[in-house]
Formats: sequence, C-alpha cells, structure tokens
Amino acid sequence: MQRVAIVGVGQSEFGELWDRGFRDIVLKAGSEALDDAGLEGKEIEAIYVGNMSGGRYLEQEHISALIADYSGLAELGIPATRVEAADASGGLALRQAFLAVASGVHDVVMAAGAEKVTDVGSEMTADIMSSTADREWEGFVGATIPALYAIMARKHFEKYGTTEEDLALVSVKNHRNGALNPKAQYRREIKVEDVLNSPKVAEPLKLLDCAPLSDGACAVILASEKVARQITDNPVFISASAQASDYLAIQNRRDITEMRAVRVASEKAYRMARVEPRDIDVVEVHDSFTIAEIMAYEDLGFAEKGKGAELIREGVTSLEGSLPVNTGGGLKACGHAVGATGIRQAIEITLQLRGEAGKRQVECERGLSLNIGGTGATAVVTIYERG
Amino acid sequence: MLPRFWRKIKYRYDIVGTVCENCGSKFYPPRNFCPICRRKGKIREQTFSSKGRILSYTVVHDAPDEYKLAKPYIVALIELDDGVVLTSQVVCDPQEVHIGMRVKKAFRKYYEDGESGIIYYGTKFVPDDGEV
Ligand SMILES: [Zn+2]
Repeated sequence: MQRVAIVGVGQSEFGELWDRGFRDIVLKAGSEALDDAGLEGKEIEAIYVGNMSGGRYLEQEHISALIADYSGLAELGIPATRVEAADASGGLALRQAFLAVASGVHDVVMAAGAEKVTDVGSEMTADIMSSTADREWEGFVGATIPALYAIMARKHFEKYGTTEEDLALVSVKNHRNGALNPKAQYRREIKVEDVLNSPKVAEPLKLLDCAPLSDGACAVILASEKVARQITDNPVFISASAQASDYLAIQNRRDITEMRAVRVASEKAYRMARVEPRDIDVVEVHDSFTIAEIMAYEDLGFAEKGKGAELIREGVTSLEGSLPVNTGGGLKACGHAVGATGIRQAIEITLQLRGEAGKRQVECERGLSLNIGGTGATAVVTIYERG
Repeated sequence: MLPRFWRKIKYRYDIVGTVCENCGSKFYPPRNFCPICRRKGKIREQTFSSKGRILSYTVVHDAPDEYKLAKPYIVALIELDDGVVLTSQVVCDPQEVHIGMRVKKAFRKYYEDGESGIIYYGTKFVPDDGEV
C-alpha cells in the first residue's frame, strides 16, 4: 500500500450563494486546491466527488461528468466518479480517493464535495434531507431528521443526565471558533441564552442546535508519498481511513444513545493508524445537531459513554483545551454544505497540521475527522498526521 | 408515491412484521432476511402487541408541508410489550407525554395529498388508560 498525503486544499464560500451555480463553486474549490498544490490540473489522474442529491436539488444527475467537463479534464478523458452517502458523501469521496492512491492505481487524485441546496425552497430542502433516514417508516410518520436527533438527545438526557445547556455549550463553542475562521458562514459569537431562546425545532432541539444547510464546494488533492515529497514541503498524511454502516432507521438500533457506526469505524481507524484516542490532538466531528457532537466525543473514545457532556462543560474541547474539536466552527458555524462537509473537515485538519489555521491554530501533530450520513447509518473516520 | 404506500398498507394499518423462527428476533417493519441468522433464518409474518411504552420522544414544531396542520405533534420511539421497537406519532397533549408512558395503538389519518388527493392512514398511539 502506498502512503497517501494531502498536498492541496481549496474551498468556495459557504452560504446562500444565489448568484453562483453548482459548476462555479466546484470550479472555485478545485482551482484553489490546484493552486495550493502548485499543480496545473493535467496531473490529476482521477476525481471523486461527494454529492448527496444533485438529482433533487438541481435536477442534474451525472454530476461526475459535469465536474470533469467544467474543470477542463474531460478533454484529457480523466475518470470522474460521484460518491453518495447522504451528508457523509464528502468523507466518502475522500476515502475513495485515498483508496485509489493507496492501492497504487493512481498517484494524484482529486477528492471534492459539493452541494447546492438553495436553488429549491427550505421546505423542499428539509424533505430532501428526510430521505437520508428511512423514508417509508420514519419519514412517513413525520419524523424529520431534527426529530430523530431530538429523540436521541432526549434518551441521552434521561440515561446520562446531559442537559439542554450542555447542548447549547457545543453551539456556543463552535460559533466562537467560527468567528476566527474567514471561511465560516457565521462569524459571530453567540451565548447560551441565545441557543436556549431560539425557536423550537424538535424538542429539546432549538434552531441554534441545528447546523444550517448551505451551498458550498471543497476540494483536496491527494498524492502518493513519492509525488507529495516532490511537490510540497508540508504534506499531511492520511494514516487511516475507515467506514462503517448501521441500521438506517433508529428504531432498529440497539441503543440510540450511541452511534455504533462511529464506534466501529473509529476503532478500525485507530488500529489502522496504530494510535489510540489519547494520541489525537485536533478533531473535526459532524455536529449537524449539537447532540451529535456530544455522542461523537463518546463514540470516538474521547470520553466514557454518557460522560461526553463533561468535555464541553470543562472546556476540554475548546481551542484552549487539551482536545480542540471543530476548531474552524464545525458544521454549525461553517455551514453544512451537505456533500462538501466531509472535505471541509479534511481541509480544517490539514490547515491545523500545516500550522496555517491563523487565529484558531492549536498545537497538533495528529488529527481526526468524523463525517456522518443521515442519523448515523454511515460513519467515515479519517486520521491525519504531519509529514 | 401511491404504489409505494399501497404495498405497505397491511403493515401500516396493523402492526404486522416478521419473526425469525430460528433465533426469535422480531422485525418491524418486516424483513425477509434475518440479519442475525442470515441464511439459516426462517422468516414468518406476525402481528405484534398493540400496547407498549415510550422509550423517547420529541415534539416537532418545524414540520414538512403535509404535517403543517398537525403541528406541534409528537413523534416517539415506542417499545411494544413483545419487545418490538417502532417510530410513530403519539396523539396526546405535548405537556403530558413522558418517557415510560403507556400507550396503545389507534388507527388514524396521517395526511392527505392536497385537497382532493388520497388520504394516508396508519397506526398512531394514544395514552393507554387501562381499558381494552
Ligand atoms: Zn434469526
């Protein structure tokens, strides 16, 4: 197996990009990643693109070819593949690109993620997101994605004493970090009361417990160690990539206070990288809802089951803490550009390991990202280390 | 949407699922392959308990179009007395709902496709006052 490094990163703005189309934002992210890697473009041997629902958001399928075309790579016949696993599509595209290089089949590959959600109304957006859970047995009874996370949160409260204030602290921390990130959609701090007083979405979750759905695109360039060493002095190596599945509907899971896919994927990733949770210095988790971040602390092995809230109460996961989580603001402040989120997480870890994270820079040698699909039926865990 | 809904009516109108005769696992919605026994499993249909208790719940305020009139409404994870867990709506005052609450099934309307569209019915749950 070849060692695989990230050698270039690029990101479009995240937000309501009314004036730009899907192809514009993808091109922006891709060309920025090429510039960052100091490559022209023709060195790319394959593209993997994470996109959740182009068919419904844009009425455009065959996103893979569209991207190859508009990035000028169709002329060269470069293979492009779309990868879909709900909002874990980006993380999964990264994993496919990693496998393509690790296997020795390719030496330079682009992993991208993109979603344009605001071309349809917010009602339809919510409906499309509902398709990431079990449409026939959860969606049918009016169980939206926030509702399903709310059911998990309520159980976590009952079983372990986690509170609405604990969840609010997650949102407050991620907004504080986002305020330091020029690429974040929301660069303003908020208070616990703001979260608690925001409109109820699905009790106990309020509006500010939920990440906003955004337009956005991200791209990273992966290269084999040999190529990476030739083109950059600061490669960030991917030391593990793991993925796991769980039952699609939460009713079929043994315990809704844990995400088994996260536990399984992270255990595999730790084994692959030959590290333990305590060896990780900086983390990006999938905080689509605040409860997901608390559960991630536990399921990734950073806290005992049920004790996740202690990490946020004690400031362990803040920028000043011993295990900074979501240093760039997470999905909550950066925006959740669905298929792009997993790649954005990889970019944040890369910037941190390169020492290029500006005001939000933390001390780190090794990082981890967790990208989740839907309510946890897909989990992708990636471990990174400084070259 | 109609054919998809129609296919499931038997399972939605009553709590009909399947059971694996080999390991005793119960499945709702029905499965025709036991994930525990895999190819050794032997699946048959079964109607499950009509009573159970709430494992966890939420009160939904931000709802999709077809549920607009119902909101806020309660969605709960319910464990039936025979151990089967399902997701359903609970019809009661949001102030009264709580974890552990006893509930029983009821045949109710879920929503309709516009003014002249078809009406979707299914199983909801109501507080179990002890009467049969
Ligand atoms: Zn069985």
